Amino acid sequence: MNKDEIKQIQELCRQNRCNIIKMIHCAKSGHPGGGLSAVEILTVLYQKVMKNFPQWTKSTQHNERDRFVLSKGHASAALYSVLAQRGYFPEEELMSFRKLHSRLQGHPCCRTLPGIEVSTGSLGQGLSMACGIAMALKLDKNPAHVFTLLGDGELQEGNCWEALMTASHRNLNNLTAIIDRNNLQIDGTTDKIKNLNPLDKKLEAFNWNVIKIDGHNIEEIYEALEKSKKSDKPTAIIANTVKGKGISFMENECGWHGKAPCDEDCQRALEEVKNK
Amino acid sequence: MKIDRTKTKSIRNAYGKTLVELGKINKDIVVLDADLACSTQTIMFGKEFPERFFDMGIAEQDMMATAAGLASQRKIPFASTFAMFATGRTYDQVRNSICYPQFNVKIVATHGGITVGEDGASHQALEDVALMRNLPNMTVIVPADCKECEEVIKYAAVHKGPMYIRIARTNVPDIFGEDYKFELNKAKILREGKDVTIVTNGETLAEVIECAELLEKSGIEAQIIHMPVVKPLDSDTILSEAKKTNFVVTVENHSIIGGLGSAICEVLSENSPALVYRIGINDEFGQSGEQRELMEFYGLTAERLAQKIERKFRDIK
Repeated sequence: MNKDEIKQIQELCRQNRCNIIKMIHCAKSGHPGGGLSAVEILTVLYQKVMKNFPQWTKSTQHNERDRFVLSKGHASAALYSVLAQRGYFPEEELMSFRKLHSRLQGHPCCRTLPGIEVSTGSLGQGLSMACGIAMALKLDKNPAHVFTLLGDGELQEGNCWEALMTASHRNLNNLTAIIDRNNLQIDGTTDKIKNLNPLDKKLEAFNWNVIKIDGHNIEEIYEALEKSKKSDKPTAIIANTVKGKGISFMENECGWHGKAPCDEDCQRALEEVKNK
Repeated sequence: MKIDRTKTKSIRNAYGKTLVELGKINKDIVVLDADLACSTQTIMFGKEFPERFFDMGIAEQDMMATAAGLASQRKIPFASTFAMFATGRTYDQVRNSICYPQFNVKIVATHGGITVGEDGASHQALEDVALMRNLPNMTVIVPADCKECEEVIKYAAVHKGPMYIRIARTNVPDIFGEDYKFELNKAKILREGKDVTIVTNGETLAEVIECAELLEKSGIEAQIIHMPVVKPLDSDTILSEAKKTNFVVTVENHSIIGGLGSAICEVLSENSPALVYRIGINDEFGQSGEQRELMEFYGLTAERLAQKIERKFRDIK
């Protein structure tokens, strides 16, 4: 990626951060922390890496699309913003997030919104679903790639480790799992609640290709994702991130996992993002 | 109707064979199992179509969510294991990953009910129908014999949406002939009688048919309604027939809480004054024993059913 492209992505990330704050403020509920930590990952995925067609099922190339599963479904605000930015649905609709009769449900629902492959929200199941998608693609000899984004706290769910075994056992090299390693969960740090370390060694022991990156560095994200498409094994990208990234008073604060900013906080947050 | 108990057949075998037949016609059918392929008989499909068969190991939650992923790409997954593990252990995966998005996953669970036998309470699913019945978008079917099982599985392959099919471990006698047709929205009235309406499904149907003969000897005329589809329930048939006898008995190899009996009560309590007597496993766990011993002990054999129903009938008349 050249400098202009990186700048362009940074600008899109800035817009997505603003949207996340506004959406959660407007809904008076939602999950800012884990959405903000995933902004660069999701923006690079949808803008630069994934073959994706915002006309969705109306596209003649629909079947060629790379698939995405948001296993950490609570980062929905971030995903919706990225999808609207790509043109999957009108940006104005973002402010209906979490409201009655909205297509933008609290957690992604594939029955209502274009761009969503499977419904998620109950943690630990997305990687299994991504494996199922990868298996279906292999059966159909479809060269599309499957990406999924997991939370690091989510890895405490046993179902994740069942799926990790499935992916390597079945050589699902058309699958990339990105782990949003922000080190925080609702009740505290992952180290304190249930330690995941050594995460890279665990994933390697499960016979995955492991790449570690700075999850806010656009070039690193892009290179890791592109590399993962050519792996002979399923790839896990451990993306080191900061929960609440970009808003000083939200960064590394557990309290901002699932809390809406008040009017004043919202104002402060938007100004911070705009001035960066 | 006569039940020939000398000629019983494996309903699981009927399932396995039907899957193979369907696999030949429809390339989108894929089958998943959780290390019980020899018991559930999905192994037959696995041998015929190894590329479309996925043994997911002892990981039922992974199996269900993987099936959801396959279904999201228009495959038609049949996922099998014992009823205990297919429902309780994976309830969240079935609810959130399959039913909520309305994915076309067919859960075919074997070893439903007390007749799991010697393995005992830990393996005897007595709550599975209750668990699956309360999920929106889910269809719940409990076939009674091999022919019905075959037809239900064929139906499942063309039906769109999540489905739970519960089959027994037990070898069952034939009840239906070659002319049998499965209808999702229609219960089957197999016998007429003016004194009591007995509603049942699954392996207890054979017992109920014999029970009706025994009741007749005691001067009680029993009507039999076979209700393989617990959801969506054919409430029209229940309401019209309950009016005639005003006394309904439900019989199921399942807890009396939440299963067929509860479903019938829900319909009748809102519409009809008919009395409902639920027979099944009373709010308790099972135990080890031989299949017939357990049926006898828990009061589900034809003789025990006839005794219970006659007693209740005399009480209320």
